[in-house]
This record gives sequence, structure tokens and C-alpha cells, in this order.
Amino acid sequence: MDALLHNLIFYILALIVIGSAAITAFARNLVHAAFSLLFTFFGLACLYIYLAADFVGLSQVIVYVGGILILLLFGVMFTGNVTGVGVKQVLHKRWGALALVLFLFVLLITVLGTPWPAMENPADKELSSTVSPIGILLLTDYLLPFEIASLLLLIALIGAVVIAQSEPKVEGAPPEAEDTTPETSG
Amino acid sequence: MTVGLEHCLVVSVILFSLGIFIVMTRRNGIRILMGVELILNSANLNLIAFNRFLPNSDAVGSVFAVFVIILAAAEAAVALAIVLSIYQQFSTVQLDEINSMKH
Repeated sequence: MDALLHNLIFYILALIVIGSAAITAFARNLVHAAFSLLFTFFGLACLYIYLAADFVGLSQVIVYVGGILILLLFGVMFTGNVTGVGVKQVLHKRWGALALVLFLFVLLITVLGTPWPAMENPADKELSSTVSPIGILLLTDYLLPFEIASLLLLIALIGAVVIAQSEPKVEGAPPEAEDTTPETSG
Repeated sequence: MTVGLEHCLVVSVILFSLGIFIVMTRRNGIRILMGVELILNSANLNLIAFNRFLPNSDAVGSVFAVFVIILAAAEAAVALAIVLSIYQQFSTVQLDEINSMKH
């Protein structure tokens, strides 16, 4: 009964994830695609928590749903033509479908044909919260990647601001030059 | 049949293929970003599933998944900035219509 319930939860979550990802792939309307991506991210977060990775699941909700999806929706709203009416949506449809089927079959054959060294009985593994192991690993074994990641985030955010700011079309003395001069001298 | 490693890997394979399909066929830049996010998430699901079902005790897979999430956040910020900048220049985000480096 317990195992049946476990399986049922997994299959429902997998169905939500794959179905909404398919809607993201095939919907005409960009807003529909973005909102079905919301369900994909939530379903994946639930799947991570189902697989005993609680910290990653919660950061998935915070970063993806709270950050990246909002950014994507901003992009959708700013760039107009949301409904996709009158615009050719897809390019190389036949090659794309071929690649989809090819990737699917090759990867499925590889995944199902490989003898993974998995555990005989996964329920035996003792599960606990992963927050403190992640913290210990980040500050001991993975300290250098952690610092590099923080630097990368800083650089990426500054770069995003610089790229996205609209430059004045008129050449000449920029008006913000006189604002910055007393700041640097003082 | 209990849910094992293969089930998670199959879900991840399907997500990856859908992401590849989006990246290859869609013309809209933002839709392509959605496909890239799907691909990154399928990689994350792989990492988490291996961490769950392989007989190790620590949380290395979760650490790598956290790094992937960090990279995805940085990628999304920069890519959205580029898309908005392209929209200011070309008034479109249909990527096949953007064919000049100087406008």
C-alpha cells in the first residue's frame, strides 16, 4: 500500500512535468507557454523533494519560479506579439521533429540498456535533510567553485544591467557625466 | 514495480528532448530560453536521481544541482538582457530575422 502510494505520487508528478513541458514546447501563445513552464518547475521541485533533495527543491521554487520565470514573463510582455497570431512560429519543423525522436530513442536505449550500479532496495537508504551536508560540502570540498559562482553571479548581474540599459541615440556630452564628477572628487 | 533510477532518467530524457526540440525549431528568442531552462532542469533531475539511488551517503549531487541553478540564474539574466537589447535595435525577437551585426 505504501509502495503503491509512492509510485502513484511519482507518476502523477512525472505526468505534470512532462505534460506541461509539452505544452511549453507546442503552444502557440507565449504566455501559455510561460505559465505551463510554471507547472513544469513546480512539478520538478516536488520531484526533487520526492527524491529527498529538499534544499534543491526549495531553491528551485525560489530561483526558477520566483526569479527566472518572472524574468521570462517580463521578456514576453516587453517584446510584444504575445499571441503569435499571424507569425510563423516554427522553423525546420521536420528536422526538429526528427531530432526530437532521434534524441528520445537514442537516449532511452542508452538509459535503459546501461547496467547502473543502483541500489537493490532504494527504500533502505536512510534519508535525512540535505541542508547541512550541502553547507558543509560547499564550505569545505567545493569552496573554490562556490566563490567562483558568487563572482560569476556578480559579473552576470552587472553585465545584464549594462547590456539592458538603453543608450542615448544622440552623440555628445552625456548628461550623467556632470553627476558623476563630484561623486568621484568627493 | 517500484520507482527506481530508470524512471527518473526516462522523465529527464523526455524533458531534454522537448528542450532540444524547442531550441531547434522555435523562432522566438524567449521561447528558446524556455527550452534552455528545460534542458538545464533535465540535467538537474539526473543529478538528483543519481544522488538518491546510488549507494553513497553524502549530498554531492545536490551540490552540483545547486551550481546548475546558479548558472541558470546568471544565464537567464544575461540572455533576457540580450533579448531586450535586440528588441530595442531590431523591434523583433524572431531570431531568423536578426541577420546583421550593425544596424
